[in-house]
Amino acid sequence: MRLLMCSPDYYGIEYEINPWMNRGRPADARLAREQWNRLHRFLREELAAEVETIAPAPGLPDMVFTANAGLAWNGKFIVSNFRPEVRRGEAAHYEAWFSDHGFDIVRLPEECYFEGEGDLLKCGDTWFAGYHTRSDILSHQKVAEIIEQEILSLELTNDWFYHLDTCFCPLSFGQAMFYPPAFDSYARKVLENHIPDLIPVSAQEAARFACNAVVVGSKIAMNDGCLKLRKKLESAGFTLLETPLGEFIKAGGSAKCLVLNIG
Amino acid sequence: MPRSIIQIAGHIIDSLILPKVLDLIIKLGAEFEILDIQIGHRRADRSYARIQVDAATQELLERVLAKIKEHGALPVEAEAESVELQPAATDGIFPDHFYATTNLPTWVRVKEQWIEVEGAEMDCGIRVDPETTRAECVPIHRSKQGDLVVVGHRGVKILPMERRVPREAFEFMSSSVSTEQPKGLLIREIAEAMKKTREENGRILVVAGPGLVHTGASRHLVDLIERDYVQILFAGNGLAVHDIETALYGTSLGVYLDKTMRASEGHEHHLWAINAVRKAGSIRQAVEQGLIRRGIFYSCVKKGVDFVLAGSIRDDGPLPDVITDTLKAQDLMRDKVRDVRFALMMATTLHAIATGNLLPATVKTVCVDINPAVVTKLTDRGTFQAMGLVTDVEPFLRELSQYLNPAENATEQA
Repeated sequence: MRLLMCSPDYYGIEYEINPWMNRGRPADARLAREQWNRLHRFLREELAAEVETIAPAPGLPDMVFTANAGLAWNGKFIVSNFRPEVRRGEAAHYEAWFSDHGFDIVRLPEECYFEGEGDLLKCGDTWFAGYHTRSDILSHQKVAEIIEQEILSLELTNDWFYHLDTCFCPLSFGQAMFYPPAFDSYARKVLENHIPDLIPVSAQEAARFACNAVVVGSKIAMNDGCLKLRKKLESAGFTLLETPLGEFIKAGGSAKCLVLNIG
Repeated sequence: MPRSIIQIAGHIIDSLILPKVLDLIIKLGAEFEILDIQIGHRRADRSYARIQVDAATQELLERVLAKIKEHGALPVEAEAESVELQPAATDGIFPDHFYATTNLPTWVRVKEQWIEVEGAEMDCGIRVDPETTRAECVPIHRSKQGDLVVVGHRGVKILPMERRVPREAFEFMSSSVSTEQPKGLLIREIAEAMKKTREENGRILVVAGPGLVHTGASRHLVDLIERDYVQILFAGNGLAVHDIETALYGTSLGVYLDKTMRASEGHEHHLWAINAVRKAGSIRQAVEQGLIRRGIFYSCVKKGVDFVLAGSIRDDGPLPDVITDTLKAQDLMRDKVRDVRFALMMATTLHAIATGNLLPATVKTVCVDINPAVVTKLTDRGTFQAMGLVTDVEPFLRELSQYLNPAENATEQA
């Protein structure tokens, strides 16, 4: 698996665009760097992923969360249209990187907000997409046409879980973890209809970003402090690799937010 | 009823987005009808639905549209275009190619919202005031220089009637004219529609010709007036003249209504009647002075029923109440039909067609005449909602009056 990351050189809580962010509670730059390095090493060494990096850009503190860059699929890169204005500057950097790496760049109409893998995850043969808080449902239709795949839109109803990857994590074919209160009743029904083995995550563990995990085969990298879930996942045959990511949770992100799957 | 057509596309079935949008429409208090749905065959194929949304008010419609838009349901593009407006260069002249109205409920798209055109009337223009976001039907002669008038058909939508009239109400409404229809059923249906109109505080308009007096049907119309089934009466000089002739002399066109014989010099009666009312000043004054003591217009005055008498070129007299300037009469009739909900036209061609031209298609309209051509003419001129009944007006009104008379109904049932 190839992943894309962006080092946290310019990371910090410089604005507030989700309920986790509080400029009065800044991130510790040195600690954030250590946590990022440790995840980077974990992914390469423990999860055996191939990790590429994109150069960070000054003034774009959230560029570290590469999951929101867009969607890389079959040689195409659908670049994100960020809803928060403060993140829109990231798109040009991602576009340039993917273009340089041989991807065909696809842009969505300006009026369609789309925040990449943050709101679009594949479980088995089906893509699930979150909408309402950040991405628009109309962007899902456009992306579905581009990638020629089925995308099921799920309404996110809790501002604390503003991206799909904060409350839903595909584990394997027909298996995923999710935090039920983050979804409306129709979305929960859709998940139940399509994913036979749904592992619910408690409120405490959801707040530890348990669903914001990187899964490679049977290995899962996530933030620390999710004891109950560890037992559940281990009994389901997974190996849980915990790594502290508290400095990034201050910005509303964790392991999965820090990586983008590039095939 | 305010309406919009929306479309929704994508993987709307498996994602339950379509049922969610439909549930939302209902939860918010509006109604929907799926006009078209195409389900994708393969998993990657997208599905598509076109849905009509009806709401009781424009505000509710806007609220519903805003809410379902969040779930990907958008007004179809053709609907989102605004009307083209051009100013009238001079009083009484519309811009070229102005939109000519139908009598159907009509909406125009102005400043990204649909507004209902007030005073739906056929063969008019639509004047829009973008400041107040109001639109109204205006006849050519009433337009003023600088009025912004809708040109072309873009951004205009009309509602077909069949979607608005509930099936169970006025089931027999049709413009088919036949002398072979089962009249009893139709008349009962008309009586029920009139009762319902009054229960809902709707106004009933009667348009009548002098044949009503000649055939001795006046007393049934008086009965309807006394029972509050008539709120406004349109007629010409003739109806009033012969009604008053009967009140004063017991004849109609010189024929005794109770003796089936001509009065000696009876042809003078109606002229003397005209003269007497002219001397009194008006029909109302003639009633108040005790000159007129019975009849249709006596009851109208006593019950406070509004009447408009429009003149024509062949009128004798005319009576002082008759408006001889046809445009003035038309304008007054236009103003008076605004809140009419039911129109009953009997034994008149001229006034039936004149009134039909002014009525919105939402007004239930019944046309009764011994001559089938009258109903045909009325419907051919655009009053397609009119239900025709080919019969002599006296038996019609007698039977209608019976249906509307609770005492007689009770006797019948006993």
